[in-house]
Amino acid sequence: MFVRHLLRLFSALNHKQKKVIMDTNKRKELKVSALRNGTVIDHIPAENTFQVIKILGLENSTSQIYIGNHLDSKKFGTKGIIKISGKFFEKDEINKISLAAPSATLIEIKDYEVVNKAKVETPDTIEKIVRCFNPKCVTNNQNIKTKFRVISDHHNRMKLRCHYCEKTMSKENIEFI
Amino acid sequence: MINLKNRSLISITDYSKEEILKVLEIAEDFEKDQRQQILTKNVIASLFFEPSTRTRLSFESAVQYLGGSIIGFASADTSSVKKGESLKDTILTVSNYSDLIVMRNPLDGSARFASEVSPVPIINAGDGANQHPTQCLLDLYSIKKTQGTLENIHIALVGDLKYGRTVHSLVQALSLFNATFHLVSPDSLKLPSAVKTYIKNAGLEYHQYTDLNEVIPIADIVYMTRVQGERFPDPLEYEKVKNAYILENSMLEGSKPNMRILHPLPRVNEINEDVDSNPKAYYFQQAKNGVYVRQALIAAILGLKS
Repeated sequence: MFVRHLLRLFSALNHKQKKVIMDTNKRKELKVSALRNGTVIDHIPAENTFQVIKILGLENSTSQIYIGNHLDSKKFGTKGIIKISGKFFEKDEINKISLAAPSATLIEIKDYEVVNKAKVETPDTIEKIVRCFNPKCVTNNQNIKTKFRVISDHHNRMKLRCHYCEKTMSKENIEFI
Repeated sequence: MINLKNRSLISITDYSKEEILKVLEIAEDFEKDQRQQILTKNVIASLFFEPSTRTRLSFESAVQYLGGSIIGFASADTSSVKKGESLKDTILTVSNYSDLIVMRNPLDGSARFASEVSPVPIINAGDGANQHPTQCLLDLYSIKKTQGTLENIHIALVGDLKYGRTVHSLVQALSLFNATFHLVSPDSLKLPSAVKTYIKNAGLEYHQYTDLNEVIPIADIVYMTRVQGERFPDPLEYEKVKNAYILENSMLEGSKPNMRILHPLPRVNEINEDVDSNPKAYYFQQAKNGVYVRQALIAAILGLKS
């Protein structure tokens, strides 16, 4: 009902008024989309968008950042999207993203052109970026870089197995360093 | 050709089936002739950052029987750890004084870390609640000796299957030998799902029970464990289950002739003393086997036996 009402109102506008609205929308859209150089992280599960921001430390970044969340997605229902101007990710940083958003797509843009588009892949091992959840693990008590093997349980859920204490932790227990 | 020279032993899964069998074969040789003086030119460091009776004395005994020298400490209080020295620095320093380090440390994963920084091989004598591979090897030796084989054993694991590190290692090792696992525990101390997955992935069977009497007629080995109060986060939970299983001599009627009772020791009350005189009680001999196995391991890692 409401949508039909809006459409009726829109059609009642004259050509000039319509053009102003459409140009305004276009400008808004262009401002968000037109990344000259940088990275787009797409297909983030909506509930993890802000976690990805936190993991990447984007709160403290001085780059131009556009964040969209709970956007419609054919694949996932809703999704999050983050666009970071002038930023390309190192492998360690990509690993961090893959733990919080395994379905994410990474798109790299140079001079307005997509130069690289790839699904984030969870690596076989995760080093240095995650804390072991076992307080008695040697990595929580000595100056040691953490190391985990990425495994699946019998329900095919992702788990991290500590290289040192051999304890297996589920996704909910993951704490980033 | 199996060669264990300079190979640290941190977790039982570090060794293949063939390598495990090789250590057991060398151990048999030491059982036949224990006083083989082949370690006279070597120094072994024994670093026990937390108290231990059986394991430490068993290693010391193994080194003495081999004619080697042993240096080290029996508690962190008498080492420079008390002054704040890191584990890495302790290991790097002691590796200058010895050919091999035997280490027990209360931190989970400490042995793996030590093996990564040490220029000499490390034998893990227990790293917190994680692994105790030499206990596992002596358990396997005891099973092989009493059953004539390690293949197709029906083993009943009884008591604390949740926190007991010896149980987890034994499950991993026996999964190489087509074992069937009979798991007896209170609901709160069941085998962790990760270990059950290990059994499943090996294509093997496990059955869960709460009544110890059910497994006695079907088991080749009854492996009793102590419910370890120190592992429980909640003392009330410990009180509920500490007396869950007590094996008595009268319960052994109807057990298989080849059945033997094992226990990693120390026991508290889970095996009644009236079982000790039953020929099926094997736990003190099992502790003795620990010396042969540790002699074998030290000799193999130093390249003195192969």
